This record gives sequence, structure tokens and C-alpha cells, in this order.
Amino acid sequence: MKVNVYVTLKPGVLDPQGKAIHHALEGLGFGGVADVRAGRFIELDVADGTSDADLDAMCAKLLANTVIENYRIERP
Amino acid sequence: MKTAVIVFPGSNCDRDMAVALEQVTGRAPAMVWHRETELPDGVDFIALPGGFSYGDYLRSGAMAARSPILRSVADAAARGVPVLGVCNGFQVLTEALLLPGALMRNAGLNFVCRTVPLKVENSQSLFTASYNAGEEINIPVAHHDGNYFADAETLDRIEGEGRVAFRYADPVNGSARDIAGVLNDAGNVLGMMPHPERAIDRAHGGTDGLRLFEAALGVLA
Repeated sequence: MKVNVYVTLKPGVLDPQGKAIHHALEGLGFGGVADVRAGRFIELDVADGTSDADLDAMCAKLLANTVIENYRIERP
Repeated sequence: MKTAVIVFPGSNCDRDMAVALEQVTGRAPAMVWHRETELPDGVDFIALPGGFSYGDYLRSGAMAARSPILRSVADAAARGVPVLGVCNGFQVLTEALLLPGALMRNAGLNFVCRTVPLKVENSQSLFTASYNAGEEINIPVAHHDGNYFADAETLDRIEGEGRVAFRYADPVNGSARDIAGVLNDAGNVLGMMPHPERAIDRAHGGTDGLRLFEAALGVLA
């Protein structure tokens, strides 16, 4: 079973990489971009019976640093 | 005085740290590979060196913080054994939740590599007792992910508890409140981005880092 995990910076945490991407987009002439936030996408291939609790623990213990990041788990 | 340096794949300041520890204690530290599950018996000081453990995969320090030896390091820290994390070692300690906050990409996105002035904020800790409060010292930094972040409540708390050991005299990497080094609540774990082991010999351009090791290793003159 494929599970998608999206790790994003918490609102309010400055994102220097997102800012740099934003500047680069403007440099390429793409106007009208208000803001850019960069995150991480992780695709897990797990056993079919993997519980929500286990997936949540994987995110909380390793995949995201919950001091600065939120995560969202997307099951098929 | 028995010391240990934890070595991860990708550590690159482990030998510099070993030189500093041996210079101050007269005895070479045990070099402990990350796969070990036990620290050598009777270790009185543990150092987590700088570098790029596990290639900074996932996040700086994230993989190292989950390596087998870190459980023993956490146990030792809980028993009161002094633990010093420098640069990547600081990142590992925050990822292991032994210190509050997180270290993010530098605000300017640049790798910063130069000697910077630091203000000693807490001169009472076991690591900083050789400094005077408010003293300015010069220690090299070399990092890409040194931008210290914690929420305002955490920052207020650690400031109130005197747990900010060092502050950059001038902004270096975007760190919240210019924090360069943080202590745990018991005061026996210090994480700092600047490299005191790179300032222990006059040939390094300064010896301000040596005094940290002298204080922490109990060999103050």
C-alpha cells in the first residue's frame, strides 16, 4: 500500500528556501506569486494492514520535526 | 577524566574534537562508533562533533539522533554526565529532544564560515565557568543549518532560566534572538553552532575555545 506523507513548515516559521524560490520565480518573470513555502513529500510503501497509529508514529518520531513542521498523511 | 567522542558516518570534526579533549585531559578520548549500543564504562564527558552525519539526509542530525548510541548518550545525560554538541552535534541534540528548538537553513541561505564574536550570556554553567558574564569571545562557525528556531514561549522560558549560553554579537544566520548556544534544564548538556575545538591553539588565531574545555573538563587553573 502506497502512503503519501506531506511535511510542511508550520505557519509562522520563516522559510528561507521558499523565499529564495519566490525570488527566482520573480526573476523568471512570473509575477503575481504572493508567497512560496517549500516542504517535503515522502512516499511510503507499507504493509496493507499498517494502522493509522503506526503511520502517525512514523511521522512524529522521524519523518517530521514537530518543533518546526506539520505533517499530513494521505492513504489511498 | 575519561572522555568519548561519538562518530557518525559523515562526521568530520571528530578528530579536531579528539585533539581538543586530549590536549586538555592528557588522555585520548574513546572514539565511539554510532552503531555501538554502550558507552565505555565510566565516561565522564561526551562530545558530539560537527560534520554532516548521514549526509544531512531528511534533516541535519535527524538520522544520527535515532542511531543506537544516542540512547546511551541520552541515558548518560539523564545521569548528569556532561554532553557537548558542536555544530552538527547541536543539531543531533535538538533532533534527539535533549535540547529545545530546531536548527533550520541559514536565513541568508549561504554556508557561513568565519570567526564570529560571541557574547557569553551564562558564565555559571559547567561549560562556561571560565568566562565572564557578558564577555565577548571569538569562535569560528562553519555551517549551513544554524538558524536556531523555537517558539516564543520556549525562547522566553530558556532565556528566563539562563539557558542561553552564548549569543552572536552580530546576526550570523537568522537565529532567533541571535542564540548561538543552549543548555538543557539541568545544565549538563550544551549545544552550540560555533566550534570551540577550532580555537584551542594560538596557531588557530585564538584560544577562546580552549577555556570552554578547561571549564567543562575540570582543569581550570
